[in-house]
Amino acid sequence: MKSSRLDATVLTLGFAFLYIPIIILVVYSFNASKLVTVWGGFSLQWYSTMWSNQGLMDAAWVTARVGVISATIGTVLGTLAALSLVRFARFPGRMLFSGMIYAPLVMPEVITGLSMLLLFVAVGIDRGFWTVIIAHTTFTMCYVAIVVQSRLLTFDRSLEEAALDLGCPPVKTFFKITLPLIFPAVIAGWMLAFTLSLDDLVIASFTTGPGATTLPIKIYSQVRLGVTPEINAICTILIGLVTIGVIITSITTKQAEMRRIRDEHVAARGTT
Amino acid sequence: MAKSLGPVKRKFSPWTDPSAVPFIRFENITKRFGDFTAVDNLTLDIYEREFFSLLGPSGCGKTTLMRMLAGFEEPTEGRILLQGKDISGVPPYRRPTNMMFQSYALFPHMTVEKNIAFGLEQDNLPKGEITTRVEEMLKLVKLEQFAKRKPNQLSGGQRQRVALARSLAKRPKVLLLDEPLGALDKKLREETQFELMDLQTKLGLTFLIVTHDQEEAMTVSDRIAVMDKGLIMQVATPAEIYEAPNSRYVADFIGDINILEGTVASTGSALGAPGTVRIDCEGIAVSVEQECQAVVGDKVAFAVRPEKVRISPDQPADTSVNAVYGEVWDIGYLGDFSVFLVKLADGRVVRAAQANVSRLVDRPITFGDMVWLTWPLDAGLVLTR
Repeated sequence: MKSSRLDATVLTLGFAFLYIPIIILVVYSFNASKLVTVWGGFSLQWYSTMWSNQGLMDAAWVTARVGVISATIGTVLGTLAALSLVRFARFPGRMLFSGMIYAPLVMPEVITGLSMLLLFVAVGIDRGFWTVIIAHTTFTMCYVAIVVQSRLLTFDRSLEEAALDLGCPPVKTFFKITLPLIFPAVIAGWMLAFTLSLDDLVIASFTTGPGATTLPIKIYSQVRLGVTPEINAICTILIGLVTIGVIITSITTKQAEMRRIRDEHVAARGTT
Repeated sequence: MAKSLGPVKRKFSPWTDPSAVPFIRFENITKRFGDFTAVDNLTLDIYEREFFSLLGPSGCGKTTLMRMLAGFEEPTEGRILLQGKDISGVPPYRRPTNMMFQSYALFPHMTVEKNIAFGLEQDNLPKGEITTRVEEMLKLVKLEQFAKRKPNQLSGGQRQRVALARSLAKRPKVLLLDEPLGALDKKLREETQFELMDLQTKLGLTFLIVTHDQEEAMTVSDRIAVMDKGLIMQVATPAEIYEAPNSRYVADFIGDINILEGTVASTGSALGAPGTVRIDCEGIAVSVEQECQAVVGDKVAFAVRPEKVRISPDQPADTSVNAVYGEVWDIGYLGDFSVFLVKLADGRVVRAAQANVSRLVDRPITFGDMVWLTWPLDAGLVLTR
């Protein structure tokens, strides 16, 4: 049993390493004292003052809109890219294209941000809300493409052929057969894109302009002036939202999986 | 020939009528994938209401041929005529053919009835008519109580029926079946084969089936095309394919057969018995009653099916039959049949199959017995290819 005790220790240390900073942040968001490092008793006051901090709320609203719009555009483009990568088996430059889809994943964010900035300056676009969206779309679509691509690789092409064979034209086949079946992957891609957009600081700071301060930028600039418990509060809410999202996703997939297994048992028994 | 080959399923043989117009015609079809030639300058006629099989090992081009008819592949050369009309370039969704896929390809997000209705909905039929047609199809495949189920709530056999119903719902001119029964267990497969034949007769449709299972092809087909490496080796009825294969390949591919290589020693006219060929199979002289183009000295093969070879411990009294002598080397007991592997003095092995017609035998043949194998002159055949 020696080895299992060692395992438990390693596991505990690992989890502690991962979660203690987060726990500290959450705990201090309930701190009555204005000093971040001194515990002054339990209080919810920062959660209420947070709402009246107009700058913070504006930034949150910008972030939400940037996230939804860029994730949606990124999902459409990423799905199309995945389809062409998987489907059109051989076209000139396929290898280059499929390699290029991975490049932004490993590209340092500073470089992506800087090159975006240079592009916007060169073209002469005023930086602001839409430039952040364009920049976020560019890097999130690669993640979507990879998620959807892995689903399409296991997609049974004969389903589409069956639809064509039954008289359904190709575009209609995509919407009636392909899309409904890859939809979970598309949604997963969207969620990933949204989350990535939500927590991006570097690319957004390069490409943003007046009036389009995202939440990470706002938090970062406030922290430089000193951490306020309000920041802890809004971060706790963000953590809560992400946690709820993850839990809901995993519960629904688990239920779907269990339903599938149950169905297959029923089918195997051949009962009516 | 006064005698004829095997049983006749039904009096249906448009291919023997020179005035009959083929329903489907593959005309000099070649299909290449890069350097690989999947189908090689192939010409084939299929007639209306025929149950036609493409039979061959995997990679012989049979599936490619079917996919070209369905419209999923375009021929590199040649053309396909359906009722006399060239269908090259017509996309699959405008072809009057429907296909039953090997994987069944049922839409997993739709119920059984939605799956069956899918093709009908594409034709914009009125709702009432779709409902009636779906019910009719469900009844045809005996799945009425499963209408609301999703495909993953069905057993393999039930899924196969849904796939069949879906491909029949549009009443296609030609139904294409790609290894339709491959995923079913043996018993269910045999049942379904007979159901398919029934359906085909009842609906009066043309069926084209792709299979690598020779028994399946033999059971269901009016005619079979045996394919190898993109070429058609023989097109004939199941009985002809089995009893009169035109080549070593077909003979060997269909069923079990003894093949002995040899040379033509003398032919009918010289023997004073027209229509007889005498072959020297490396020391074994074999006579065959067969009209044959081969001349003396030709390298040929002699072939005889094991069930046409009689096995006996006694030397045959009739010296006119073919006979070889050897030792029982192995016995395969199959229940209905026993197969005896008999080793001749020179080491060659000849197989004889004997139906186990009675449960108890007086003097069973066993390992190591010396036996005579005999077969009449019309039992075997000469293969020149």
